[in-house]
Amino acid sequence: MGAGHAHRLYLPGASPVHRLPPQCKLVAVLVFVAAVVATPRERIWAFAGYALLLAAVAAVARVPYGVVLRRTLIELPFVVFALLMPFVASGERVTWLGLSVSEAGLWGAWNILAKGTLGVVASILLAATTEPRLLLLGVERLRMPQPIVQIAAFMLRYADVVAGELRRMRIARASRGFEARDVRDAGVLARSLGALFLRSYERGERVHLAMVSRGYDGRMPAWHAVGATAAQWTAAAALPAAAALIAAAAWIIP
Amino acid sequence: MHVPDGFINAPVSVAAGVVAAGGVAVALRGARRELDDRTAPLAGLTAAFVFAAQMLNFPVAAGTSGHLLGGTLAAILVGPYTAVLCMAVVLGMQALLFADGGLSALGVNITIMGLVTVAVGYGVFRLLLRVLPATRPAVTGAAFGAALVSVPAAAAVFTLIYAIGGTAEVPIGTVAGAMIGVHVLIGIGEALITSLTVSSVLAVRPDLVHGARGLLRKPELRTRAASGAGA
Repeated sequence: MGAGHAHRLYLPGASPVHRLPPQCKLVAVLVFVAAVVATPRERIWAFAGYALLLAAVAAVARVPYGVVLRRTLIELPFVVFALLMPFVASGERVTWLGLSVSEAGLWGAWNILAKGTLGVVASILLAATTEPRLLLLGVERLRMPQPIVQIAAFMLRYADVVAGELRRMRIARASRGFEARDVRDAGVLARSLGALFLRSYERGERVHLAMVSRGYDGRMPAWHAVGATAAQWTAAAALPAAAALIAAAAWIIP
Repeated sequence: MHVPDGFINAPVSVAAGVVAAGGVAVALRGARRELDDRTAPLAGLTAAFVFAAQMLNFPVAAGTSGHLLGGTLAAILVGPYTAVLCMAVVLGMQALLFADGGLSALGVNITIMGLVTVAVGYGVFRLLLRVLPATRPAVTGAAFGAALVSVPAAAAVFTLIYAIGGTAEVPIGTVAGAMIGVHVLIGIGEALITSLTVSSVLAVRPDLVHGARGLLRKPELRTRAASGAGA
């Protein structure tokens, strides 16, 4: 159960990271995450290296460290899972801080915490420096099929509208004295959801009619192009190239 | 539960990514049959609905709360293909914009929470409808059963992926027991909300419930002659 997605992560700014074309940043983050995931977990120094790289990116992008740390809370459920691991994993047991724990489990917990946190921080930096709309353009430039991009664009455009309806329903329920206390109140919440679905779907029908009346034929008109120059690709490659070097070193150096 | 990076090893993540991409490609073709050129706005708004529905927390017990996954609900309401697209888009946006779920684990997340919940949920729903009478309580019951099964099924597939590509040596029996046990409980909440939501849509616009289309008649608007004077 993730936490609610109450607010977007984007932080407006004009840093060099903000100005890079979205497709360059997407590829950079994907390669970075792939390098992190493929690194053997015993090379603790490699993960320290990755963390330094991300810290450098955050500094260049002027994203405050506190903001990044607060947003990593989203992976909390899996941290709980990771912390349980040393106690339930099999294999040789070692005594650590007076507790008998599994050595393999400790490594497993470290593996999940390190790789998961690095992945979350990389995603946070991407989302903090790239407007959602531009991220979609980047996804489109990377040859994602048009219909998927369109669905995502509509979802983004109307997510706040639909969430707003949900909020107004909650206020309406509350002002009539409703407070969800236990399972027996599920019926009221479900009726809200049913109404929300009808409103969303019917809004979709109206949007479609409005689009057809403006000449929609299944394709969206071209959005403004976001081309990337070789220099921009090179600049964006700094992070994944450094990460790939660390990963390669981690595999070669015992 | 969005799987983060590093939980599943790289080769299995890539394999799950291929499975997810294949599933989404099939869904793209199928959704055009379900919705034709209305696909983008309707699937987009349904995705926004699923996204918002996941923000609605419902109390479970003793101060804890859960929220809907929505795979089965979306499948019953808009059809399985469109539902897969919606879930894939929602999961992708959550990974990209909210860092919820690792980018390298996106394939795993789409496979579990998109493909499995939709396929199992919709399959069970149609099977139940075949043996149940065509009434609103029966459709509601079928939705309950479908959602109830879909969540532990997703947990079982997660356990399977974990057994192949998990990065920690937890005995697989322990993982299976814990995951499926917890998710049976989550499944009850999911089933309750899914069935009640389907029921409330059925009461107003039965024609919009894709999974039960043609099963129930649209409610007629009846006017009754006023009896007596002054009514």
